[in-house]
Amino acid sequence: MTEVLIAAIITIITAATPLIYAALGEMVTEKSGVLNLGVEGMMLMGAVCGFTAVHLSGSATLGILTAALAGTGMALVFAVLVLGFQATQVATGLALTIFGVGLSALIGQDLVGVAYDGLPRLAIPLLSEIPVIGPILFNHDILVYGSFALVFLVSWFLGRTRAGLVLRAVGDSHDAAHAIGYPVIRIRYLAILFGGAMSGVAGACLSLAYSPLWIENMSAGRGWIALALVVFATWRPWRVFVGAYLFGGITILQLHAQALGAGVPAQVMSMLPYAATIVVLVLISRDRNKIRLNSPACIGKPFHPTS
Amino acid sequence: MLALEKRPEHSQALVYLSPLIALILTLAAGVVLFFVLGVSPARALYAFFVYPLTSAYGWAELGVKATPLVLIGVALSLGFRAGVWNIGAEGQLTLGAICGGAVALWLYEVDSVLVLPLMMLCGMLGGMSWAAIPALLKTRFNANEILTSLMLTYIATLLLSLLVHGPLRDPDGFNFPESRIFGDSATLPILWAGTRLHLGAALAALAVAGTWLLMSRTLIGFQIRVVGQAPAAGRHAGFSVNRMVWFSLLFGGGMAGLAGLLEVAGPIGQLLPTISPGYGFTAIIVAFVGRLHPVGALLAGLLIALSYLGGESAQITLNLPLAVTGVFQGMLLFFLLACDVLIGYRIRYRSLARMRHD
Amino acid sequence: MTATQNIRKSALLEIEGMCKSFPGVLANDRISLSLRSGEIHALLGENGAGKSTLVKMIYGILKPDAGRMLWKGKAAGIDRPVDARQLGIAMVFQHFSLFESMSVFENILLGLERDADPVALRKDIVDISVRYGLPLDPDRHVYTLSVGERQRIEIIRCLLQKPDLLVMDEPTSVLTPQEVDRLFETLRRLCGEGVGILYISHKLDEIKALCEHATILRNGKVVASVDVAEETTQSLASKMMGKEFRTAEQSSGQEKGPVRLGIHGLDHPARDQFGISLRNVELEVHGGEIVGIAGVAGNGQGELLRVLNGEETGIPAEAIMLDGTACAHLGPNPRRALGLASVPEERLGHAAIPSLSLVENALLTTCQRLGLLKFGFINRGKCSAFSEQVVSDFNVKCSHVNAEAGSLSGGNLQKFVVGREISQSPAVMIVSQPTWGVDAGAAQTVRSALRGLANQGAAILVLSQDLDELMEISDRIAAICAGALSPALPVAETSVEQIGLMMAGLDPRQDTEAA
Repeated sequence: MTEVLIAAIITIITAATPLIYAALGEMVTEKSGVLNLGVEGMMLMGAVCGFTAVHLSGSATLGILTAALAGTGMALVFAVLVLGFQATQVATGLALTIFGVGLSALIGQDLVGVAYDGLPRLAIPLLSEIPVIGPILFNHDILVYGSFALVFLVSWFLGRTRAGLVLRAVGDSHDAAHAIGYPVIRIRYLAILFGGAMSGVAGACLSLAYSPLWIENMSAGRGWIALALVVFATWRPWRVFVGAYLFGGITILQLHAQALGAGVPAQVMSMLPYAATIVVLVLISRDRNKIRLNSPACIGKPFHPTS
Repeated sequence: MLALEKRPEHSQALVYLSPLIALILTLAAGVVLFFVLGVSPARALYAFFVYPLTSAYGWAELGVKATPLVLIGVALSLGFRAGVWNIGAEGQLTLGAICGGAVALWLYEVDSVLVLPLMMLCGMLGGMSWAAIPALLKTRFNANEILTSLMLTYIATLLLSLLVHGPLRDPDGFNFPESRIFGDSATLPILWAGTRLHLGAALAALAVAGTWLLMSRTLIGFQIRVVGQAPAAGRHAGFSVNRMVWFSLLFGGGMAGLAGLLEVAGPIGQLLPTISPGYGFTAIIVAFVGRLHPVGALLAGLLIALSYLGGESAQITLNLPLAVTGVFQGMLLFFLLACDVLIGYRIRYRSLARMRHD
Repeated sequence: MTATQNIRKSALLEIEGMCKSFPGVLANDRISLSLRSGEIHALLGENGAGKSTLVKMIYGILKPDAGRMLWKGKAAGIDRPVDARQLGIAMVFQHFSLFESMSVFENILLGLERDADPVALRKDIVDISVRYGLPLDPDRHVYTLSVGERQRIEIIRCLLQKPDLLVMDEPTSVLTPQEVDRLFETLRRLCGEGVGILYISHKLDEIKALCEHATILRNGKVVASVDVAEETTQSLASKMMGKEFRTAEQSSGQEKGPVRLGIHGLDHPARDQFGISLRNVELEVHGGEIVGIAGVAGNGQGELLRVLNGEETGIPAEAIMLDGTACAHLGPNPRRALGLASVPEERLGHAAIPSLSLVENALLTTCQRLGLLKFGFINRGKCSAFSEQVVSDFNVKCSHVNAEAGSLSGGNLQKFVVGREISQSPAVMIVSQPTWGVDAGAAQTVRSALRGLANQGAAILVLSQDLDELMEISDRIAAICAGALSPALPVAETSVEQIGLMMAGLDPRQDTEAA
């Protein structure tokens, strides 16, 4: 029984990891006052480019880096349009997703059916030997460890560093930040690019660890779920972490229920994560005050320094 | 360095020119793309944008593909003007196909002229009911309609899959996940003999005219524009934002539902697990390229329909992957968004030394 | 001549021939001024005279087209605010650069050039706030603070830099008279310590009370540089306005009409933490009179306007009576049908929509009352004709009625918006900040239009932060503080000091009795 449970928990962690990357990246972007709806597209590009790199080079590290780079590249397109050309953020984000779906399919057309063993597990000596806790916490691939570290990093960066303070300030009032003399546009570029890189890594989690293979449109809405997670977490890193595990849990629950043949059609079980996203979103958004107090005040608003 | 300078008033000329500039830039980028893919750009562009229109059949197909795009694009442009981001038209389309299709299967034996109108009605109601969910969640619980409508799209697709695997499966179909082929009275009449151009094209044209009238001449259209551009001014004028949210989503859902029904009662002729190559998403591009204007959406719908046809023709003649279509569509929207900056700003050349001071 | 030479010798900041133009406007035309350490120097001018442009150039936000600046006798290249701060120039803006969702401490930290030791910074903040009389709790969030408290954050931010020159852009427009007095004490103390202060204002009495020298701007040019002690308020005004100071048409002193707007025991809880709750508001406005409501921004004026015009409902119907009809449960349009008109403070985005044409903007509030609709279709001809009428009646300068509202100047758009409402001959009219950011001519037009409407028997309620304006046009005046409204007193029997107490939430009558 414990082994089944441990196995389940490990799969939950694998399922949650891409959400953590994507949601934390998006959270940092949103904290700077920019809403990037292109997470899904950036994830797909990360997934396909990462997979291609591994397929060509055999190096997992190179794969992850390529994924991050692909996400960053996509984010750069978004950033240039939104910050440079004053395009509306919502439309541009949607365009990024549509574009990413298409381009990733184009890049990955020859990769469908290619097999990959998945990222190597890096068991931490001694610690991974501890019963129960060992396999759950200390026997993962690099991306899982990275996701743990990322939560700490983002939380420390936003809460404890001056750069994080400035980033939040830009999201709270870009006019005030500009008046004081902070480079609003430059800070937003960096935040958007970071979000892109993290979405790319999230894609790598899917194509290199979770599945691991490339299928067209394999993110299956996870980019959007990540966006919902940010709202769910009311823009706080640790809640993103908890939320991601909640969703990972639901995803795995439906997989296991299907495997056990619970008598519920597979499609109904597959609806669960999406339905859960809606429910969670409603529960959090209901309290307008909470959203208003926590969400970056400038989110989605264009910034053009007039003076 | 180039710098942006705000125009005192928006340039009307560029409102119309910007999509053309974007199209030209997209074609230019296409040349690069084909070059990278190792295909002769001239041949590829010919296959994409000219070849499909060299036959009468091709023109009819253009109408077939444009029908759902225009229907949904027109409805979305109305919603986007109101600031209501209904991204889930694909799901509403699916629900329309399910509900209308279910009627067709339920009345399989019935031979009456009323079957088709009833299907359309149910298709629209299906789409509207699916869109009513984000509307309710938005107005009642303040939940972001982008995310809810999108999540519902995934659920709708799964629902369709569930139904064609189960209750709506063809009893004589060797367990294939597809429904019976609809009866004659449940199939759309063909407008142009020898082609697939069906009644839906005429309905789409009607929708363009009707929406144009609604947007430009009625109070509702005015309210939509006001609420979308300045919600506070809308409240001051006594226009209800919530009512606009409901109206936009129901209108979009209804049109998308109709489009879905027209697909299954027209070119497809039955319910399948996949009934749309993403028309509901592509319609977002149609709406933007069409300047959020009904007539614009018609033109943009035709253009995007051509890109679908071109994708198919390029696949056959040049062995290019279908995904190129999506890339083209995405690029078109990117370039459009970039060009739109010219409407509100003009680009000025400034020396670097001056830039540093601004 | 020796006086001039003395100024030259110890000049802290000298500006020579500064020019700046924006598309279509020459905002600053060869402006020069000179300021010593320990001097409070006024930069006086009407809205739009070019004061803000000048100080933005001094602070490095705008780059001058021509001219030069000398700082302590040496040419100074100030390209960015950072350069200005490094030289020792600090500035308190008219619009604060504050972050609402952050604490006072974080806001101050963000105002510093580099990261500071939190413990030491906290100590510095406390020191400065004690020394200059600027009490502040570093851990409060900005959205919970009053405007006066917010200004203190800005001032402390500046003082932490130990500046040699402090620039203050219209600092008192958001303060109660009592807060103004406190601010002046702070400024005098600074000046006594040798800090130069450049004080921008269009309020003559303040400049008389505070400043030694004044540079007066009009239409982007320096029209005079004077010793304040040698001038009267009247002479300063005529220099500033370029014409003799016109006293406004006082009320005709006619008999009060019947009560047209009655507000009784109106309570309205705030929508969120950022809002103000209205508490037991009582007011009656008679036909033929203008009642002014004074108050510092953010004390419930916006909420009061929205509750009165029907944008916010959910209060007992009898709380608001329009010509005897209970209407607090009705939305904006039914209230319009009863004869209510309103002009919100925010012109762009609330009263009007910049991207729509004037005709469409006219349609916003008129479609029901003027019968511009038939079966849901808009009668566009009639609407255009109405807009043309407003444009000609109120002398709105625009290219044509189909021009975007955003292309009009603030004054012309305000004339259009006010005209749109007045032309519907309302029974009751509520106006917020009728002349905010509007040139003198347009302000005059708007004020006389309001008086004219009152003379026709309408009841008018004016919410404004500009006390001078209220004293000028109102028959009675009340003040709003933290969502509570004081009783309205006849202007003729009220002093500015009394209104100041009312704006601070105190009852002036009790106070005078005690005194």
